[in-house]
Amino acid sequence: MNQDYEVIIGLEVHAELKTDSKIFCSCSTAFGAEPNTQICPGCSGFPGMLPVLNKKVVEIAIKAGLALNCEIAEVCRFDRKNYFYPDLPRAYQISQLDFPICRNGYLEIEVDGEKKRIGINRAHMEEDAGKLVHQGNITSTPFSLVDLNRSGMPLLEIVSEPDMRSAQEARAYMEKLRSILLFAGISDCKMQEGSLRCDANISVRPRGQKHFGIRTEIKNLNSFRALERAIEYEARRHIEAIEDGEELIQETRTWNEAKQITMSMRSKEQAEDYRYFPDPDLLPVKIDREWVERIRATLPEMPDQAQQRLITQYGLPSYDAAVLTMTPEFLAYFDACMDLYHDAKTVSNWMMGELSKFLNQNNIEISDCKVKPAALARLLTLIDEGKISGKMAKTVFEEMFNTGQEPDAIIKGKGMVQISDESTLLKLIDDTLTANPKVVEDYKNGKAKAFGFFVGQIMKATKGQANPAVVNKLLQKRLQEI
Amino acid sequence: MELHELGLYELQSKLNQGEVSPQEIINAIFKRIHEVDDKVKAFLTLDEENAIKKAAALCKGENRTGLMAGMPFALKDLICTRGLRTTCASRMLENFIPTYDATVASRLNNAQGILIGKLNMDEFAMGCSNELSAFFPTHNPWDLNRVPGGSSGGAAAAVAAREVPVALGSDTAGSIRQPAAYCGVVGFKPSYGRVSRWGVAAYASSMDQVGVIARNVEDCALVLNTIAGKDPLDGTSADIEVPDYTSYLIPDIKGLRLGYPREFFAQPALDPGIKDLVEEALRKYEDMGAIVEEISLPYSEYALPVYYIIGPAEASANMACYDGVRFGLRDLEADNVLDMYCNSRANGFGDEVKRRVMWGTYVLSSGQYEAYYLKAMKVRRLIKNDFDNVFAHIDLIITPTTPTTAFKLGEKNNDFLTSCKNEVFTVSANLAGLPAISIPCGFSDGLPVGMQIIGSAFNEGKVLQAAYAFQQNTPYHQYKLQIGGEQK
Repeated sequence: MNQDYEVIIGLEVHAELKTDSKIFCSCSTAFGAEPNTQICPGCSGFPGMLPVLNKKVVEIAIKAGLALNCEIAEVCRFDRKNYFYPDLPRAYQISQLDFPICRNGYLEIEVDGEKKRIGINRAHMEEDAGKLVHQGNITSTPFSLVDLNRSGMPLLEIVSEPDMRSAQEARAYMEKLRSILLFAGISDCKMQEGSLRCDANISVRPRGQKHFGIRTEIKNLNSFRALERAIEYEARRHIEAIEDGEELIQETRTWNEAKQITMSMRSKEQAEDYRYFPDPDLLPVKIDREWVERIRATLPEMPDQAQQRLITQYGLPSYDAAVLTMTPEFLAYFDACMDLYHDAKTVSNWMMGELSKFLNQNNIEISDCKVKPAALARLLTLIDEGKISGKMAKTVFEEMFNTGQEPDAIIKGKGMVQISDESTLLKLIDDTLTANPKVVEDYKNGKAKAFGFFVGQIMKATKGQANPAVVNKLLQKRLQEI
Repeated sequence: MELHELGLYELQSKLNQGEVSPQEIINAIFKRIHEVDDKVKAFLTLDEENAIKKAAALCKGENRTGLMAGMPFALKDLICTRGLRTTCASRMLENFIPTYDATVASRLNNAQGILIGKLNMDEFAMGCSNELSAFFPTHNPWDLNRVPGGSSGGAAAAVAAREVPVALGSDTAGSIRQPAAYCGVVGFKPSYGRVSRWGVAAYASSMDQVGVIARNVEDCALVLNTIAGKDPLDGTSADIEVPDYTSYLIPDIKGLRLGYPREFFAQPALDPGIKDLVEEALRKYEDMGAIVEEISLPYSEYALPVYYIIGPAEASANMACYDGVRFGLRDLEADNVLDMYCNSRANGFGDEVKRRVMWGTYVLSSGQYEAYYLKAMKVRRLIKNDFDNVFAHIDLIITPTTPTTAFKLGEKNNDFLTSCKNEVFTVSANLAGLPAISIPCGFSDGLPVGMQIIGSAFNEGKVLQAAYAFQQNTPYHQYKLQIGGEQK
C-alpha cells in the first residue's frame, strides 16, 4: 500500500437479533425452514395489516447498546423507508432514521500490539426483507421466486464512525464486534447464514489532508477475509485513480468473491430517494431508565473483561487472550480445561493449535466438538506424566477428534506407550552407535547434526515411542563416554 | 313498521319477545336489498347464503348470548372479511379474498351479529362522493340523482335506504360524517385509537378510524360497545377502559357547555340554509339547559391543507404494497419487474388514487419534506393545541357537518378542489384524533342536513349523550325517505 495515502474506513453492520419471533409479528425466526412457511399476512404486507413491536427486540437492542458503550435513547421512533423490490412486501422497510435506540458508543481493538478505540455512531432496530430465488443468473432468469421467511426478522444496524485506517483494523473491529455480540447473546453472528452482514465505506486521502476523499460503499462482504481483501482492493483502486488523475465517483459497489474485485452497482445519481417519514402505525417507544438498568445487570462478562482476566489470572500473552475470547464457547472451553489442568499456556497452545486446526478443517463449531475439555485436560496430563510424548499426543488428539474416544482408551488400543525405561533405551542407543561408526566419527569431529541423526534412528526403531527427553539425556552421556 | 325499517333496539326487543325469528329479520333485509339496491347501488358484494345460515343457528333463544345476536350489519368494503371478497372498490383488489377478518369484523361476528354484505365506497377511501368507486357510483336514496357522499357513501346510503340498520365505515377526514349528513343518518367517528384498525385497508394511518353509521344514536352506542377497545394487533389502539356507551343515552344535558367555533360559521362556502339549521339547533340546546358560547379555533383554516399533505404522504406508502407481487391485479405480460410494477399499478388504480400517491410522494421527497410534510406536522400540532385550549373550558363543540347538502352526480366530476372542501368542517377532528358525530338536524331544499358534535379525546360518551338528547327532542331522524318513486 502506498504510504503517502491514508485509508478511511467506516463499517455498517447488520446483526440479526436472537429472538423466537419476528420484529412486528409472531412468526418464527428459525433458520432454514421451507420457503414461505414462516409467514403471515403481516410480514407478507397484506391489506390492513399492522406492525406490533416485539418487546424482546427492544430489550436485545438495549443490551447490545450497553455492551457497545452506547447511550440508550429515552424515546426512539420507527420510520418508513420507501422503495420497491419484490422481496419487500409493504414496499417500505420499517427502520429508524432520526431517533435510533442507541448512539455514541465505542469498542476497542488491538492491531500489532496497539490498542485503538473505534467509535460507534449509532445502532438502530429495523426489519429484514425476504429473499429472491433466481433461476440461475439474475439478469437472465425467466422468473424469480420470493421467499418471505426472512421478511420481518429483527435486525440491529450498527454504524461505526469512520475511525479505521486499514483493512486489518476493519477486520479487528468486525471480529471484536462479533465477539461482543456473541458474549452478550445478541446474535448468532453467522456470516455464512447472513445473520451478520457488513457493508464498508471507504475513502482515501493524501496524508495530512483534512477533508475526506470520495467515498464508495462496498456490499456483499460475507466473511472476514472478504472484508479485508475488498478493503485492500478498493483502497488500491482509489489510490491508483488519484495517482492517475482519474475522477472517482461516489457509488455503491459489490465485492466479487470469484474475481476478487469490487464492481460498480449504482452511482449516487442513481441512488433512491427513500422518502423516510415517521411510521404512523408505531407509537414512539419510551424507554424506562429502570428497564435499562435491569438489562445492564444481565450483561455477562464481556470479551475485554475476559481478556484481562486471562492475562492477570493466568499470565497469558495478550494475543492468546484475544484469540481465546473470540467466542464465549471458546472461552468456556478454556475455562473448563483450566478447572482440570494447571498450565494455561499449554491449554492455550493446544486450543489455538491442534484444536482450532481440526475445527477449521472440518468446519465444526467448538460446541459440537467431540473432544470435550476434560478429555483434552487428560491428554495434557498424560504428556506431563511421561506416558506419551507430545508428538504422540497429536496423533492421539486426531483420533479423539474423529471418534470422541478417551485418550487412555486410544493409547491402550494402539499400544502407544512411551518407552522411558533407561536400560531398554541404552541398549538401543548402543546398537545404533555400533551400527554407524562413521557418523560417530563425524560427531567427534564437531558435526552437531549427527546428534539429531541418532535420535531419529532411535525414534524410528521404537516407532516414535521412545521418550525423547530420556533419549537425549542418555545419548549425550554415551557420546561423551566414547 | 316493517322489519327492515327497524333499528337494533326494536329488532332485539322483537326477537326477545319471540315475535320474530332471526331468519325472518335476515329475509326481510335481503328482500329490501333486492327491491331497492338496483337503484341505490350501495352494495358491492352480498353474503346472503352465509347470513341465512348464521340466522338459522340463532333461532333458539338460548343460543343468542352475544351483544349483537341476530342483528344484521354491513361493512364498508375496505374492512377485510375472511373468505369474502374485499375490494376497496378498486380494480386492484377486484378478486381479492382475505384469509382474515378485521378485528372489528370478528368482534361483530363474535357478538353474533350477521354480516349482510360489503359496501361501495370511493376507491381506497379517497373521495367524498362515491363516484370514485372503480365499479359504479352509489346513489343518494333521498334523491337518486345526487351523490350519497363519501367515502363511506355505500354505508350511509344503505342505512338511509333501510337496506341494513347499521354499517361500519371509516373516516379519515369526514368519510363517515359527511355521507351520514348527506343521507340523513347518524355517523359516528370515535377517537383515534378507540377502535382497532387491524384488517382495515389503510389510507392515511394516523387519521383513519373505523366508526358506525346508523339511523339513530342508540344503535351507534350499541355497535360501539361491540367494537371499541384495545386490540393487541393494533399498536395504536388505546389501552383505555371502554365504558358502556348505552349508559350515556339520557336525554338530559343540563349544564353541558357547548361551543360553536366562529371560524366555521363564518366560512363563506357555508350554505345559509345549513347555517340557519345549526343555529336553530344551538337554540334548541339552550332551551334544553345547555350553556352555549362562541369559541375560536384559529388554526382550523389550515386543517384542509395540512390534511392534503399528511394524508397523501401516508397514502403514498400505504398504497405501495399493491405492487402485483403477492396478491391483487398483476400485469402478466410485463417483461421485467419494473414494467410489472408500473403496469399493474397503472391498470389497478384509478386517477384519484394515482393523484394522491404522486402528491404524497412529492411532499415526502428529498428537498420537499421540510417545506411540506414537516411543516404540516407542526401545524397539525397547533390545530390539536387549539382543541386542547377549547376543551379546557367547554364540553363539546357544535358545527355544521358539511358546508352544503348532497350535490348532483357528475356535478363535481374531477373538480378536485371543490369536492375536497366538503371536508372543511370534519377534517380537524381527524387531525386531532377526536370523537365526532354527525346527526340529522333538518332539511334544506328537501335534502338532509347534518350537525356535527365534537368531543375531547375518548369522551365518546358525552358526544353520544348530547346527540341522543337532541335526537329525543327533534323529529329529524324519523323522517322517511322514498326511493325513486317508491310508495310510502
